[in-house]
Amino acid sequence: MGTAIAFYFISACILGFAVLVISTKDTVHSVLFLVLDFLFVAALYVLLGAQFLAAIQILVYAGGIVVLYLFVVMLVNLKRPPEAHSDPHRKTKLGLGLAAAVLAELALLAVRSSDMPVRPIVEAAAVPVSGNTEVVGWMLYTSYLIPFEIASMLLLVAMIGAIVLAKREL
Amino acid sequence: MADSFVITPTHYMLLSAALFIIGVIGVMVRRNIIIIFMSIELILNAVNINLVAYSAQLQNAVGQVFAIFVIAVAAAEAAVGLGIILAFYRNKETINIDEMNLMRW
Repeated sequence: MGTAIAFYFISACILGFAVLVISTKDTVHSVLFLVLDFLFVAALYVLLGAQFLAAIQILVYAGGIVVLYLFVVMLVNLKRPPEAHSDPHRKTKLGLGLAAAVLAELALLAVRSSDMPVRPIVEAAAVPVSGNTEVVGWMLYTSYLIPFEIASMLLLVAMIGAIVLAKREL
Repeated sequence: MADSFVITPTHYMLLSAALFIIGVIGVMVRRNIIIIFMSIELILNAVNINLVAYSAQLQNAVGQVFAIFVIAVAAAEAAVGLGIILAFYRNKETINIDEMNLMRW
């Protein structure tokens, strides 16, 4: 009962703030709504027992990526807002209709597939199950060591790429 | 009636699908490229919610490990993408994607 109330409240906040993110005229407000959205997604992770991921979400998304967005919004000085002129060829209504159709389809699939029982994975029984840091860290440094190293390489490449792109002249 | 208070993975899938579609609508409707990048972050978050929900359902932490990888890739994507936006803004003084047609043939 309590879990259900928490889930519905957090879901409503996530979806509401997501709608505000894409519908607000002011880009700075949009970024701030994005922070709130990420915080509620972190709350949802706590609800699912993934505390480590919730901490990562707050640190990386709400703390890192959003600050990057804010910096870019401040650096890009908008005298002329992008949505000022409307493009007659843009079919917003058609896009919304198609998106609604896709959402209906996904919802139908989700509800239909909920009849099938979800089988727990057998070999996972060996791992003591919890959302805590120890289990995730253990998996990251044993089974998923190579993907982990590749991810760190990717971050290094992205960092160098961002510096090169942002430099005024090479 | 008591059944309606049980939160199943289907609930999380529906939430995730709705968040994903909101992100897709943002990508399609808005012309401000910074908002489009934020919509992509929303889409990636929708994927993460699905991964973590099934991680909890299947009693297996692999979903959380993959969610961490998704967050790492999202951070890399945001850094490079925002660098491209800044470089483009310096040359063309715009962030409207309708005016980004340098490579159109």
